[in-house]
Amino acid sequence: MTESPIKTAEQIENLKGLLTPIAEREPGPVLLCLQAVQTHYGYVPEGAVAVVAEVCNVTRADAHGVFSYYSDLRKTPPPLISVRLCAAEACQAVGGRALAAAWGEACAADPNLAGATGTDEPVFCLGNCALGPAALVNDQLIGNVSVEALKSAVAAAQNAAEASL
Amino acid sequence: MTVWFVPRDAAALSVGADAVAAALEARGEHVVRTGSRGLLWLEPLVERADSRDGTRVGWSNVQAGDLSEGVLSEAAANFLGIVEELEYLACQNRWIYERVGIIDPVDPDDYVSHGGMAGLQRALEMSPMSVVQAVTESGLRGRGGAGFPTGIKWQTVAEQAPVPHKGDPVDAPRHKYICVNADEGDSGTFADRMLMEGDPFCLLEGMAIAAHAVGADRGMIYLRSEYPAAIAAMSDAIEKARARGWLGEGILGSSCNFDVTIRVGAGSYVCGEETAMLESLEGRRGTVRAKPPLPAIEGLFGTPTVINNVLTIASVPSILARGPEAYAELGQERSRGTQVFQLAGNIARGGIVEVAFGISAHELIFGLGQGTKSGRPLKAVQVGGPLGAYLTADALQVPMAYESLAAEGAMLGHGGLVVFDDSVDMAEQARFAMEFCVEESCGKCTPCRIGAVRGVEVIDDLLASDAPENAEQLLRDLCDVMTQGSLCAMGGLTPQPVLSALDQFPEDFKRVAVRVDAAAQGVVHE
Repeated sequence: MTESPIKTAEQIENLKGLLTPIAEREPGPVLLCLQAVQTHYGYVPEGAVAVVAEVCNVTRADAHGVFSYYSDLRKTPPPLISVRLCAAEACQAVGGRALAAAWGEACAADPNLAGATGTDEPVFCLGNCALGPAALVNDQLIGNVSVEALKSAVAAAQNAAEASL
Repeated sequence: MTVWFVPRDAAALSVGADAVAAALEARGEHVVRTGSRGLLWLEPLVERADSRDGTRVGWSNVQAGDLSEGVLSEAAANFLGIVEELEYLACQNRWIYERVGIIDPVDPDDYVSHGGMAGLQRALEMSPMSVVQAVTESGLRGRGGAGFPTGIKWQTVAEQAPVPHKGDPVDAPRHKYICVNADEGDSGTFADRMLMEGDPFCLLEGMAIAAHAVGADRGMIYLRSEYPAAIAAMSDAIEKARARGWLGEGILGSSCNFDVTIRVGAGSYVCGEETAMLESLEGRRGTVRAKPPLPAIEGLFGTPTVINNVLTIASVPSILARGPEAYAELGQERSRGTQVFQLAGNIARGGIVEVAFGISAHELIFGLGQGTKSGRPLKAVQVGGPLGAYLTADALQVPMAYESLAAEGAMLGHGGLVVFDDSVDMAEQARFAMEFCVEESCGKCTPCRIGAVRGVEVIDDLLASDAPENAEQLLRDLCDVMTQGSLCAMGGLTPQPVLSALDQFPEDFKRVAVRVDAAAQGVVHE
């Protein structure tokens, strides 16, 4: 996915069409609108925050404040395959730190792997604390995870992505 | 017809439950997807109901490949026998979790035939004040960590008149809200998630009872984005509950109007703090509000608001159905009823244990949990999430209850226990507690925002210094400032894991000294 800012009048109108019903229906809609933008584009493109501000009738500074606060909201497109390792205590207790280091090494050694997965932030707790270490590959939660399991999950996700093209 | 049960809980899916269900279905078997029983080391745990009396027998750790040679046999090595007779389950006293792992979570008929809606029906026959009274008599306290008496909170909201949203005209519609905090960010806790995935109607029923009791017309569930399966199950359940008249206008034919929506979080831990959650629900940055005003008086959009944790609300239907006296008989001191403990981290048998308050951490970890997963000696247990204290192996006789843990300088939190074996470096864990606070502080108050950054630096100094006493004093002073000066529990409790690690595992903070000694003796390991 490549970055494409929201700048033409048509793009802005389309985005308003997506957001206006939310802003009219829901109280306190700024975060909901930003989440809707991200669901639609995969990230929050440049220019979108200004449209959110206008639709929600708040200042751009306020809308940007919300955007920059939440770690889920991204300003660049996501990697083809998102790999997020749990970095919280329950997974640390079963080798989470060593796994993260080994996964980093595996990606460094394999440009294809690194290219497909990018550099996603770790996540603090996926709620799979009795079957750790845990990881999320795209939307798939994996328990008792190892570097090998991550590699095969990435390969499966790549196949699925190619099949859907 | 033989009926098979395969969990659809995220933990079971994370070890291959979907493929198992697909393999059974491919063989022409009738498969019902359930929540998880909470015996997570056995997942995927597949069950089969006896065609005569419905007794369910199970098989542990089933993989799709095992099914290629035929259906599961009772002679197989992983055959468990009757699931409810397994010791881990048989010793539990399930109130909140009574249906989880048994029913199809999103089948309203299954819910009703297993006792669902009895609590709401009972509540609607009672006056709102008697429902509040019943909750007060049960002794139920907030399960999110703070332990505030639920009945008193409800009473406060019930006494307020509904008001328009802040900023709306005075003649705008008037509201009160029930907000459920499902932002279960504590590592080592997953009971909210499993309840929402395994019995979502129970949460909705509890919310409707709360709405009747306090006169609220709107409900919101603040559900973290890291739980997509819970979001899906709750959304499905809300649609079905509306279709059944369990939500909406005139619930179950009464005069109570109440509807529920979900708002999904966006990756902020501190939004589990109730006032930060309100800010986030209102679409703003999730920064903490100063109290007063209490949310019960001026909460979501300025209206009187009940904020309860998932497990608190989900306790209410069974309290009403079975009677508050029976609930209050369980537990000890002012910790009444049951607590859903979560055994996590380096533990052989991790999972959900719902029992009365008062069981010891030792019994939970060594009795039910069977010690560490690695088989190495246990070194520390973190109780109550990332802001909870580390306990040593010697301190585990403490009864798990609000008062007894507080007396040990620890806290129950959301009931999670994270077990570490002797390979853990407690200095690293203390540093992580500060790092986590750097990452997740909302930034509103200085002791938390700056203190956490300084905390990481000071711990690094302490570990690098060959005269660590000064750094240690600085760290203790800093922790004192954070404890006393922070606006909420994020900065206020981060010193708990740090100081408990420092006090109880001082040797882990003397790495330089050890290295210097070793070098002097000519035995350097690194």
